[in-house]
Amino acid sequence: MSEDIVLSCKGLVKRFGGITATDKVNLQLLRGARHALIGPNGAGKTTLINLFTGVLPPTSGSIRLLGEDISHLAPHQRVQRGLVRTFQINQLFDGLTPLQTLAMTVSQHLGMGATALRPLGHDPRVAKRCENLLSQFHLLEVMDQPTQQLAYGKRRLLEMAIAMACEPSVLLLDEPVAGVPAGEREELLRTVAALPADVSVLLIEHDMDLVFSFAKSMTVMVNGAVLTEGTPAEMAADARVREVYLGHGGGHG
Amino acid sequence: MLTLLFDGVAYGMLLFILSIGLAVTLGLMNFINLAHGAFAMAGGYTTVLLMQHAGLPFLLCMPLAFVFTALLGAVMEATLYRRMYNKPHLDQVLFSIGLTFMAVAGVDYFVGSTQQLVQLPEFLKGRTELWDGALGMGHYRLAIIAVCAVLTLVLQLLLVRTRFGSQLRAAVDNQRVAAGLGIDVNKVFLLTFAVGSGLAGLGGALGAEVLGLDPIFPLKFMIYFLIVVAVGGTSGLTGPLLAALLLGIADVAGKYYIPKLGAFIVYSLMILILLWRPQGLFSRSGK
Amino acid sequence: MNRVALSLSLATKPLWWEFALWAFLLSLPLLLPTHALLISEITIIALFAMSLDLILGYSGIVSLGHAAFFGMGAYSAALFAKYINPDPLLGLAVATAVTALLGAFCSLGVLRGSDLTRLMVTLGVALILQELANKLDFITGGADGLQGVVMGSVLGQFEFDLMGQTAAWYTLSITLAVFLLLRQVVVSPFGFSLQAIRDNALRAQAIGIPVHARLIAAYTLAAALAGMAGGLQAQTTGFASLDVFGFDRSADVLLMLVIGGTGWLWGGIVGAVVFKSLHSIISAWTPQYWTFWLGLFLVLLMLLGRARLLRPWTWGRRA
Repeated sequence: MSEDIVLSCKGLVKRFGGITATDKVNLQLLRGARHALIGPNGAGKTTLINLFTGVLPPTSGSIRLLGEDISHLAPHQRVQRGLVRTFQINQLFDGLTPLQTLAMTVSQHLGMGATALRPLGHDPRVAKRCENLLSQFHLLEVMDQPTQQLAYGKRRLLEMAIAMACEPSVLLLDEPVAGVPAGEREELLRTVAALPADVSVLLIEHDMDLVFSFAKSMTVMVNGAVLTEGTPAEMAADARVREVYLGHGGGHG
Repeated sequence: MLTLLFDGVAYGMLLFILSIGLAVTLGLMNFINLAHGAFAMAGGYTTVLLMQHAGLPFLLCMPLAFVFTALLGAVMEATLYRRMYNKPHLDQVLFSIGLTFMAVAGVDYFVGSTQQLVQLPEFLKGRTELWDGALGMGHYRLAIIAVCAVLTLVLQLLLVRTRFGSQLRAAVDNQRVAAGLGIDVNKVFLLTFAVGSGLAGLGGALGAEVLGLDPIFPLKFMIYFLIVVAVGGTSGLTGPLLAALLLGIADVAGKYYIPKLGAFIVYSLMILILLWRPQGLFSRSGK
Repeated sequence: MNRVALSLSLATKPLWWEFALWAFLLSLPLLLPTHALLISEITIIALFAMSLDLILGYSGIVSLGHAAFFGMGAYSAALFAKYINPDPLLGLAVATAVTALLGAFCSLGVLRGSDLTRLMVTLGVALILQELANKLDFITGGADGLQGVVMGSVLGQFEFDLMGQTAAWYTLSITLAVFLLLRQVVVSPFGFSLQAIRDNALRAQAIGIPVHARLIAAYTLAAALAGMAGGLQAQTTGFASLDVFGFDRSADVLLMLVIGGTGWLWGGIVGAVVFKSLHSIISAWTPQYWTFWLGLFLVLLMLLGRARLLRPWTWGRRA
């Protein structure tokens, strides 16, 4: 089988004082994956993301990205190697417009981020890429509005657009539809589904509709450790999973 | 050398009482109040003016300084400070600098810019020498240590044993949840600010003889209060207390042994400590 | 040019009124020859404020000690002119370079920590330098200041005259050059990344921006420019004294920038003009207690909300 592993962790442990937030986790993400990470609140999913991205240093264990050990790399270095995440709570730049935000991000990834004497967008590739992103994420109409004034749904789309502007090989989505009103979910869901096939995606989500429609494989985490892994169908049928997670009133929409 | 230590401890205890209000205000309201020194100055000048013009005895002026400054603090909190809580730190800094400038110029206008001299009562003057002069304890400094130690104990008891204390600690930890539990956060702020200012005023009154008192007092000593808070952290009393003692001893020793460099040592030490541990030397949380 | 590219270029191009305003500023020494010294003074302060804008307005670092760099530049330029070479441009270059080194070193102190920590570190550095200048009086003249700095002529041609004409042209040209430089920097990818760091350092890091490296670069540049302003001050006045490091100076420049508005580069210039004008008017009326009115102004401005200063129609409304 010609699968290759794009992101993996081995024996990953994170302790905060007496609390073990991540308990010897082994996880492997394959190229082109559509992999969901689910578990009850407090299971350690976001902590795991923070460990992958380097925001938190691990207590022990290692992380590999595209064959390289990145356990000791700074967060921005991991991003430069293609590991990109979105945030559950929008983390945007309120003083900039969507266009400026994306142009800056695109410039950074074209290697021009430190250019200080030419204006933003002097390279025509920047405008082209921004146009694609703005159109793909339905932000063209609001591209010149200060981010502060955007509606929540648009902010969520911008959140995703920024991540895509980073040209990710591996994309970690932290609850992408969290807090999005029902009317705007469709737009967001379609965009998530339309992500390029060569981008490997790890998705944290509570919305079971999204998980079952999107994911080809799943990992279930409880109390910082991996409970089990498999296809969505297998997980839905697994009594343990149901008991720990799905069994408590079922998923919520 | 022991005398230096003694003087340093006295200085440190005084700094602690002067700064603790600032520490709690920062921890509680997340408000950087650079005008804190102005309250200390208010206490000092209240004492001096009461002694000079009303002929009141020194000891009586101490509690009066506390009360007056506490009232001043309460009024300012309710009318002005309250509006600034949710503003960015830059605005708070400039606001409190503005208040300080007003206080400094105001005092200069009404009282004049000369150093104020405090006439200590007879029984506080004088000095006791121990161990052949190895340890020289000025009586006034001894009194300062005693008073400040008592105040520290009282504060600790208030924080830990009283209902208000636990409300205060709750509000410092998590304001929103505290309010949600029914704690009247506004009242907690008001009382805390008032007491903190009152303590500063008391410190200013106590310290007038030792530190000097003139209109630029707030500007001269602001950095010291800030050092105590930045190094000591804002969660609890022990951090600022240790930081204040450390600062007091370092300053006295530095000025004695290496007078050429004087305050240089204190500032450098502070910067190094903050670089090593940006959240302060003794604080537990990263605030 | 399509819509997106057009939008980007609009966001980065200089506007017509900027050219007009600079043309006006450059003509001031001709229009008001008797006020040449004042023009010099305001220009130097404006340069100082612009340098602070780079770290405060664009990078979000609250500094209460920017005067440290102003002072370093002033004393460097003064000492260089007095003991090594009185050529103004050479001296300015040296002062700027020296201060840049200091800035690079100090930038390490503002990378981490809360607003309070940064405040303390910046304040502490300025105080240390002031103490050093005070104690090393055999070099700096201590509390008396460094006197008797006689400058050579600019470009070998223009002598510094008593009326201040040369000083005015000199400072205006230098400040214009710096403005042009900064104008490019703030609309560059680097400049936008600083704003991103200011708005959300966590996210900036998460999109691959090396936050510390960018902040070090910005802080060093800002320090160098502040040093340049200090150097100009020493060169045009002929002396340097301890107050170049003073807290008053750091607080004043902060206030100036806030009055003029942070984050749009003109704030430094506008703020300097407004501040100096206020100062002249109020000092003429009450020379000793200017700080009281300054303080009152600050308090009111902060209570009102500084974004609303230049928009009087919002004063009645609640924030």
